[in-house]
Amino acid sequence: MEETRQEAQEPQGIDALEFKDPILSRPQPWLAKKIGIENYRILRGLVKNPISVAGLIIILFFVFVAVFAPVLAPPYPNRDPYRIPRDGFRPEPQAPMSEWKRRQPPLPFWWKTVTGRDEWVHLMGTASGQWDLYYGVVWGTRTAFRVGLIITASVVFLGIVIGSISGFYGGIVDNVLQRITDIFMTFPFLLAALTLSAILTPRIGKGIYPAMVAMIAFGWMSYTRLIRGDVMSVKNRDYVLAARALGVKDKRIIVRHILPNAIYPTLVVASMDVGSYVLSFAALSFLGVGAEVGYADWGQLLSFARDWISQLATYWYIVFWPGIALVFFVLGWNLVGDAIRDVMDPRLRGES
Amino acid sequence: MGQYIIRRLLMLPLILFGVTLLIFGMLQFLSPEERAALYIKDIPKNPQALEGVIKRYGLDQPIYVQYWNWMVGVQDPNTGERTGGVLRGDLGYSRTSSVPVAELIRIRFPATLELALWSVLPIVLVGVWLGVLAAMHHNGLFDQIARVFSIIGWSFPTFVFGLLVLMIFYAKLGWFPPGRLSDWAAAVVRTPEFHNYTKLITVDALLNGRVDIFWDALRHLILPIITLSYLSWALLLRVTRSSMLEVLRQNYVTTARAKGLKESVVIRRHVLRNALIPVATITGFVVIGLLNGVVITETVFNYPGIGSAVAKAALQLDVVTVLGMTLFTGTIIVVMNLVVDVMYAVIDPRVRLH
Repeated sequence: MEETRQEAQEPQGIDALEFKDPILSRPQPWLAKKIGIENYRILRGLVKNPISVAGLIIILFFVFVAVFAPVLAPPYPNRDPYRIPRDGFRPEPQAPMSEWKRRQPPLPFWWKTVTGRDEWVHLMGTASGQWDLYYGVVWGTRTAFRVGLIITASVVFLGIVIGSISGFYGGIVDNVLQRITDIFMTFPFLLAALTLSAILTPRIGKGIYPAMVAMIAFGWMSYTRLIRGDVMSVKNRDYVLAARALGVKDKRIIVRHILPNAIYPTLVVASMDVGSYVLSFAALSFLGVGAEVGYADWGQLLSFARDWISQLATYWYIVFWPGIALVFFVLGWNLVGDAIRDVMDPRLRGES
Repeated sequence: MGQYIIRRLLMLPLILFGVTLLIFGMLQFLSPEERAALYIKDIPKNPQALEGVIKRYGLDQPIYVQYWNWMVGVQDPNTGERTGGVLRGDLGYSRTSSVPVAELIRIRFPATLELALWSVLPIVLVGVWLGVLAAMHHNGLFDQIARVFSIIGWSFPTFVFGLLVLMIFYAKLGWFPPGRLSDWAAAVVRTPEFHNYTKLITVDALLNGRVDIFWDALRHLILPIITLSYLSWALLLRVTRSSMLEVLRQNYVTTARAKGLKESVVIRRHVLRNALIPVATITGFVVIGLLNGVVITETVFNYPGIGSAVAKAALQLDVVTVLGMTLFTGTIIVVMNLVVDVMYAVIDPRVRLH
């Protein structure tokens, strides 16, 4: 209880003005001058916090796997690398390290040096239909980054456009846009994305795009709210009024004067949502409306487990490998995100 | 107070109107013959008959006419019979289940409701309890463990978690099977001697005095409940914790302590009352989140609720069914949001002033 009591005595209100920020009062290193003191503080908070360092290491590991996917699991030449190679068509999954019998893809160059064997094996086993799990998990990393980054960038963009218009003009424009946002927010995200994805699939074709478009269509709302609030707090500052007095056009005021001062917190928070979008996309794939069967995607691989619910004790590897990849990927982003939220929370400023 | 509630009530039809507009907008992606499933069961294959159906139900009319038809239904000029009409509770025909969508919802919803009702209590009680503990031991060992737990909880996809518990407790140990009832119990439930008072099997079993069936239903519910709960625990823990910490910093808490009150009294009387206000709102969201979570959870556990029905229909691209169920869920959520807002105003007088 001692700790809580001490905290209650922290300087508050007027007293807080005398409180010295241990970072700001220190002589500034060159990096702080380069990227700005606020960015420097966030960066420093991230590097010093073991939780976020663990998260960064995990993310870097996945970046490594994604970049070197063709080396780690070479695809068939002249074929879409996102199609998982399969070893026949038998329904029963095969255990890890079992031999690759038919249509073996090219051997990675490191395989012989490490194991001294000439044949490629199913490192992580196969799913029903003989899809190679190892290949799917490795190339699924690329899918995860692609899906996560594209969706995040798109929803943030939509959020910025709608939110800044809403916040800048206010009045009836704001009211209408916010009611539309309300209505989009009514639907549970996953259910709405599932619905739209089922609608779009026959129209834009199978693949990862229907589910991505659906997730973007129902994902922008919270960013709109954030940006709107920030724009409203900035739009009456003196320099904006000055720009207006000079007769600068609205669009230019928003893009050049308001947004640079308003979007930063949203961008940082949003960048950490990559993990949760990858998770939702995997969920859609698991339900069968995301990536199609045989596409290198973790959720899609996990959906094979649904055929073997009563034998999962034997075929554990269908759940284990793609599952662990997905969990760690999301965990990495969440760890960093959690640390960023702490660093950015002004109430916790000054605490180590 | 009364004014606030009336204002919110007046907003309700407006929001519901918006919800129907959005659903209707998504329906417009479908071709007219696909949309015919909104009114008739068997869509004719022959082009002439199809043309007749499209004409009869105005599927080639301007959008506002179609919206009106969709809302109130279309009257047959010969028989005077009305078909379709969302306001009449007719959501069209489900191609994949061969029953009207409304009927499908009526069959499947009790199972989902049962699962949700059983989940809410453990979620809220355990989540709040963990949050209070974490706040009281701020930066202590328990707080750190709770923090790690909640981050991992957030990162663990429902379906991976569900598959893992199935792997352990069903495939390996055989304790908790998927589905809703064992075959023998399902057979008993179908007999005329078993009265379905509420359609919630656990409740009905007790009302019929069949403890064995109650136990069987519960055995099937335990894994889905745990799967639905752990994610919400992570959320509730964080909200309760930060809300508690915020209140603990207030001057009146210091005053209460300075008066020499016992710590437990300070927490219960002074801190918890205010700290739980945001938690009450989050609980509303948790219930809404349950409706989201059931889609995955029911699919993983093969539990026959509306969530698994939606997933199955979506997989077979039966859009009329999916949209009908989404409309149903959306309506529930709008009403529940209203209830949460009103409750919020009742709990926290500060809200009414805005």
